[in-house]
Amino acid sequence: MNLNLKKESLRKVNETLQSIDRKSNKKIFKISNPDGNHAICAGLKDEIEVTIDGHTGYYCAGMNMNANIIVNGNVGTGVAENMMSGTVHVKGNASQSAGATAHGGTLIIDGDTSSRCGISMKGIDIIVKGSVGHMSAFMAQSGNLVICGDAGDALGDSIYEANIFIKGKVKSLGADCEEKKMNKKDQNILRSLLKKASINESEIKNFKMYGSARKLYNFNIDNVSEY
Amino acid sequence: MCGIVGIYLKNKKYNSQLGKFLTGMMNSMATRGPDSAGFAIYSSEKKKKYKYSVCSNTDQVKEISKKLSRHIKDIKVKSISDHLIIETAMKPKKFIEILKNHEELSLVGYGSCIEIFKQVGNPKDVVKNFSLEKFSGSHAIGHTRMATESAITTDGSHPYSTGEDECLVHNGSLSNHNNLRRSLQKKGIEIKSMNDTEVAAGYISNGLSDKKSLKETLLDGLKDLDGFYTFISGTKNGMAIVRDEIACKPAVVAETKDYVAIASEFQAMAHLPNINSAKIFEPEPGKVYSWGK
Repeated sequence: MNLNLKKESLRKVNETLQSIDRKSNKKIFKISNPDGNHAICAGLKDEIEVTIDGHTGYYCAGMNMNANIIVNGNVGTGVAENMMSGTVHVKGNASQSAGATAHGGTLIIDGDTSSRCGISMKGIDIIVKGSVGHMSAFMAQSGNLVICGDAGDALGDSIYEANIFIKGKVKSLGADCEEKKMNKKDQNILRSLLKKASINESEIKNFKMYGSARKLYNFNIDNVSEY
Repeated sequence: MCGIVGIYLKNKKYNSQLGKFLTGMMNSMATRGPDSAGFAIYSSEKKKKYKYSVCSNTDQVKEISKKLSRHIKDIKVKSISDHLIIETAMKPKKFIEILKNHEELSLVGYGSCIEIFKQVGNPKDVVKNFSLEKFSGSHAIGHTRMATESAITTDGSHPYSTGEDECLVHNGSLSNHNNLRRSLQKKGIEIKSMNDTEVAAGYISNGLSDKKSLKETLLDGLKDLDGFYTFISGTKNGMAIVRDEIACKPAVVAETKDYVAIASEFQAMAHLPNINSAKIFEPEPGKVYSWGK
């Protein structure tokens, strides 16, 4: 089914996608002329596939559950924010706060993301084939952030129990973020994530892993400047 | 919030459509700034002439022209909505002195190629009032304002111009503008309003008058201007963009072989020609990007 945002209102298009008749066989949708509109495909909850042809604005695929959303273009701030499950695949670049606060699902970005990628992530898997901007994985609580390129300043600042896998350079680490030794279990996690994003598994050896030093968990007067 | 937009045409074939492009950009940024709007248009340079953009609080244009022509010989006045574009060979210092005797007129900008228009109201109405669509030129900068730092008045609207052919639009807020205003005023830079952006415009004028380039001045600003900002600054020769190191305030750049467009959000550029083949990127924090002759 084709949905043209030049002909139909954004609200109507989202309503159509949010109220799928589960008895029908309509599972594949295409959105044309997104023209940078906000909140395209926000709040989808069914196992459908939506392809967006063009660039989107803020909060594309926000709160997604179950749906598989592909963007043939760039996305604005907060793509897949608060996603619960499903997959969002961005073929271009993403703006800031990609995958913010998301609880689950997979977000794949073929290009770069700007600042705060995976901010406060709570279980999502994010795979960025390019580089990420500053403050990425800020206060990340759970889930995995895979970066095939470089990371900007303050990577993993105040991180909790999320994992960061990175192949390129880290400009600087944030407070309480440190390099970790990758064990077999971690390697298996990374392997499955690379597979999901169609990246060659042999790349695993080129990645480093970062996580929480857990020094900010309890108040310590020696760390007062870090709080 | 505020919306900022800018477009620089590399290919002259689009010059006659500059106003049309900017209208689309401003209209789609109306939701980011519904309080007031303004824009600066750079068109071909008038040799040995100045264009003074003046906001008038009266609709008696003919009488004003008559009054001014007593003091200024070669005057040519064009009136658009509540603005007058006054063309004359008279130097700025003298002109500004004369304008001081006309309380009903306030200068919003001047130079050999810049024209500035700004007005309180929804941007969609403002661009219509000034018939922005009809303007042509080489580059243009626009702003839609959601007021934070100062009142919703024409004085509080962007773009700000504190020097010849200069202008600045701003998304964000500055926290050290009061101190900076005092130090710039001591140096002789005229800052009329209590608005933070006008101080930043004054800061840039001061840098340029010290023979620094726009790029150098904006880089110095990263140290001296405290707050959140994405700035687009225009001069006779082109335009530049800079975001502060935290980069909370958005910006997207789209570049093709024919033009460079900047906007707070991509949707402001979706109507531009061949946008789908443009190189689209977000300016990195603390880095100055500039385009021009």
